[in-house]
Amino acid sequence: MLLFTLQKAGSPEDAIAAAQAGARYIAGGTTLIDLMREEVERPERLVDINALPLKDIRVEGEDLVFGALARMSEIAAHPDVLRLQPLVAESLIEGASPQLRNMASIGGNLLQRVRCPYFRMHDAACNKRQPGSGCTALDGLNGGHAILGTSEQCVATHPSDVAVAFVALDATMRVRGPDGERSFPVEELFRLPGDTPHLEHTLLPGELILEVRVPGGAHARQARYLKVRDRASYEFALVSAAAALEIEDGVIRTVRIACGGVGTKPWRMRACEQALIGRPPDRANLEAAAKLALEGTRPLAHNHYKIELLPRTIARALEMAGELA
Amino acid sequence: MSDTAQSFPTRVDISLTVNGEPVDARVDVSRHLVDFLRLDLGLTGAHAGCEHGVCGACTLQVDGEIVRGCLMLAAQLDGAEVWTVEGLTETGALADLQAAFVERNALQCGFCTPGMLFAAADILAQGGQPSRVAIREHISGNYCRCTGYEAVVDAIETVAGARARGEEVSA
Repeated sequence: MLLFTLQKAGSPEDAIAAAQAGARYIAGGTTLIDLMREEVERPERLVDINALPLKDIRVEGEDLVFGALARMSEIAAHPDVLRLQPLVAESLIEGASPQLRNMASIGGNLLQRVRCPYFRMHDAACNKRQPGSGCTALDGLNGGHAILGTSEQCVATHPSDVAVAFVALDATMRVRGPDGERSFPVEELFRLPGDTPHLEHTLLPGELILEVRVPGGAHARQARYLKVRDRASYEFALVSAAAALEIEDGVIRTVRIACGGVGTKPWRMRACEQALIGRPPDRANLEAAAKLALEGTRPLAHNHYKIELLPRTIARALEMAGELA
Repeated sequence: MSDTAQSFPTRVDISLTVNGEPVDARVDVSRHLVDFLRLDLGLTGAHAGCEHGVCGACTLQVDGEIVRGCLMLAAQLDGAEVWTVEGLTETGALADLQAAFVERNALQCGFCTPGMLFAAADILAQGGQPSRVAIREHISGNYCRCTGYEAVVDAIETVAGARARGEEVSA
């Protein structure tokens, strides 16, 4: 690991001031420490934000609000989360291992870096690690890579599961920076790689995530997360789908769908949603709507299987959500 | 020393408890918890395997939760309560599990065992009789590269059953 310095922040103001002086925030450290050891991340200064009062999990009406430092395991086991947002809990449990879930903060989870192997391989070109060096994955081992939102510069998927749930459920986040606070949809946190794959999120310099708010509702209570992967646990998604449903009088009144493992960011499937409104949730309707997810997909040499797997995963996730009724 | 150097130190003083004993130390900020325990305190129970948070050999307990010791900086642990396999062996908290691991041949080289014991103790602490699927899920972040998992699951299942029945455990 390269030399660095560490400071502890006692308040968000302290933390933001340190960040303005060039420090990177560290919370659970599960991504950052790992990548610092690899010398993929090379911060000279860290500011530890774990002492900040951003750990609470609270209910406001049917909405759930998670402090940015709430741990994955705490949120996943919280009775109000299980009652009001089972999709959030399920997506968290399907990610990482118990040890990592105990450490990783929800804010850090959203900002985790990609799992493309070339990102960590110093002898392979990677535009994320070294802008302008090229993308080894384009013609390399790209079986796990994205089919949506890719560019000639980068084809890595966003690895978070809970981010997929948040995007499906229209979650918003509140951040504070040197110029004050702002709120925006979690979906807008993520940038497409385009020509600047080293820029992954839309936070401004010094901005600190304060909390994530997930709106509740009947559809949020009837929602599931299906994660398809190479082994049953402790593995990233090949394809995943978050599906939330509200069915009234036998037809779909509200539906939310987002997918992981297929996009360079968590991918909301609005065309699928629109096709389902007002229709009965039968297998034929679900399958027909799920196929609309394929619009704009661009498979690589080794990930064609995702073209079949994606609509199947969406249809099955919707069925699973329907079975909760 | 400039103000900046003081507010961004490369070595920090920490006070924590390790296996119930108070420890004061000055550590490099880059020292991770497992190196701190092994190299500075001589507690070699937590193993440094992949040092990427993947293999689980470094699993130990911080403030009551199992964590990856290799992804935690010692400098961040001021005030923390750390337990290693040495400490929990001394208290006897793992005695029935350790006996079951031996009984069931749930270890061969033993490199993963301290971490595996912590993951096992964690699911057992939830009480009741977890299913084999739930046990597998809970130890999925702990890699064994020689014995395999069948015997480990057997051992954990056995202890869960014995504890649920309130049986006296022999160490």
